[in-house]
Amino acid sequence: MSVNVANLSVAYRSRRGDVTAVDNVSFTLADGEIMGLAGESGSGKSTLGNALIYLDQRMKATGGTVTVDGRELPIADTRAMRPLRMTEVSLVPQYAMSALTPNRKIGTLMTDLLKSHHVSDRRAVMTELKRRLELIGLAEDVLGKYSFELSGGMRQRVTIVMSTLLNPSLLIADEVTSALDVSTQRAVGEMLLEFRDRGYVKSVITITHDLSILAQIADSIAIMYAGRLAERASTEAIVNGPLHPYTQALIASLPEVGVRHDQVTLTGIPGRPPSLANPPAGCRFRDRCPFAFDKCSQTPPFAEVEPGHSVACWKVSAERGAAAGRAGQEQAV
Amino acid sequence: MSTLKVDQVSKLYRATSRAGGLTPALRKVSFDLPPGEVISLIGESGSGKTTIGKILLRLVQPTSGTVTFDGKDIAGYSQRGLREYYRYVQGVFQDPFSSYNPIYRADRVFELLRGAYFPKASAGDWSARIEAALDAVALNPGDVLGKYPHQLSGGQQQRLLIARALLLDVKVLIADEIISMLDASTRVDVLNLLVKLKRQGLAILFITHDLSLGNYVSDRTIILRHGAIVEMGATEKVFGDPQHDYTRMLLSAVPELHKKWQHTPLAAVPAAAVPAAVAANRVSTADGAAATLTQASMLDELSHAEQVVKRDLRAVFGGARAVASGKSQVAVALEPPTLREFEPDHLVADPE
Repeated sequence: MSVNVANLSVAYRSRRGDVTAVDNVSFTLADGEIMGLAGESGSGKSTLGNALIYLDQRMKATGGTVTVDGRELPIADTRAMRPLRMTEVSLVPQYAMSALTPNRKIGTLMTDLLKSHHVSDRRAVMTELKRRLELIGLAEDVLGKYSFELSGGMRQRVTIVMSTLLNPSLLIADEVTSALDVSTQRAVGEMLLEFRDRGYVKSVITITHDLSILAQIADSIAIMYAGRLAERASTEAIVNGPLHPYTQALIASLPEVGVRHDQVTLTGIPGRPPSLANPPAGCRFRDRCPFAFDKCSQTPPFAEVEPGHSVACWKVSAERGAAAGRAGQEQAV
Repeated sequence: MSTLKVDQVSKLYRATSRAGGLTPALRKVSFDLPPGEVISLIGESGSGKTTIGKILLRLVQPTSGTVTFDGKDIAGYSQRGLREYYRYVQGVFQDPFSSYNPIYRADRVFELLRGAYFPKASAGDWSARIEAALDAVALNPGDVLGKYPHQLSGGQQQRLLIARALLLDVKVLIADEIISMLDASTRVDVLNLLVKLKRQGLAILFITHDLSLGNYVSDRTIILRHGAIVEMGATEKVFGDPQHDYTRMLLSAVPELHKKWQHTPLAAVPAAAVPAAVAANRVSTADGAAATLTQASMLDELSHAEQVVKRDLRAVFGGARAVASGKSQVAVALEPPTLREFEPDHLVADPE
């Protein structure tokens, strides 16, 4: 197992006490796996991504461990994390459009990166860099340009090349396709696949609110709701047979090409996610869930109901339990 | 019948960089926006779709061409005429979070309207109007009135802005990317609201880069590229049987839940290869043509518009100096590709 996150909790300090934005999240990522992390705004998906690489002043890890390639990451220790960033874990930040310093040329930013990580054979890395730029259809002269001279799509691609230059084991790509046009979106999505296939990065976590882009590039999808994982399964299982009511509603609310309002009326999810400052007990989706029943006032366990398919929902585990019981009875008969 | 008519509208922006030069944001765009119809205006960034919205709201003056509302040219409106115009034509924009002043309560947007348009309305009359408008956008007055913007969700904020437009006798709504910043679960509510308003006779210009959303709400579709219309017509015709290569490329790039992109691994590139070779390497599979187009679109997204305008301006004014000095504020004929009728209510542009 290349990446293993166990019972990770991350809180934000606030004047009214800690706000737990990521609550007891566990998952594993295989080598070469691209996992999509989806959820509404405020669900904690970006906090989870950031916690794996850099906890800023406002954040603190309140529990759990992160292991990459069998080595535990000292995520709570910003100093100790420093040499591991870009080499072990790397991030394509959410606002990659503005992540490039405007007063330094792209090439200078790249050499700065190599210097700060004490890369000895810089020339070899720069040759590799040029090869990668050509691979994705960027001319070498982007290195002599400033970030504002590039279009949004080019900037996004330059940022990804930079984040993966030192071949990290884990890449966290936060909303890399959100601000892009469909054609550029596709190019960037395929670029992530390509970089994975070529081994420039081992595993990738892509964070987005757009499930349809995950259906294209991710091997597995984790759905987050109000700081907790709601469902985690292979992409096919999430898209074709989602089990958690939240995932089902999320997928039902997506229009597909060719679907028009006079043929199908899509429905949203009524209500809003609960405030994380004072979250309600039990299942956090309970208030918006059409299937909620009395047991939902207790916190549902994030349990594996099928191999590789985990869900945190009492209804699902009750149904599965009943089905298993019935199957057992039939066998007995 | 209050039809908003866009006739041969062009817009040139002058570049702010030292090199100067002009960028054609729109090239002779013409279409009608009749009541009870949703038209989606689809294009990538830089295609000029937002510029059309701004021109219709008279926030930007077209370089040439006219926009008429009920047969009157909107460029000729005086201050008072313009205020009347805004009674009928309103816009809602992409980012609801910056449409509000965060230090005031969100319903201040209603009060500002009252001061400008309904100074004589009594308090009871006014709150009845507000309640009707909120009801139309499916908001509960108790949930939103008296709240600050940060206490409302993006979807609530966006619907509140639509309710603000409905307080006026709005006939035309310019909706510029109004749902791109909303979560999937609230997006659909706003979309369904647009459909409902359309059925009540509102004309809606739905500006978006998301093809599946445009397809879901609209009756007619306009595809823009580099400021010119490349394909327009009934939505089911444009999406069902796209004729222009650019429309096909856009459609092939749309991420769909149940259909995967055909991913062609990039061929290994020797260190000295030129970008053109990268593009050429990709023409190999069934999806190859689309892939090449995606690539080409990326490569030319920056320079194409610039080159076209420089070439055309040189032809018209002779020499680079006129171009750089921006002498060309007069109406410039930057010929867009010719539109031809492919079938009734389906126009396709010649390849450029």
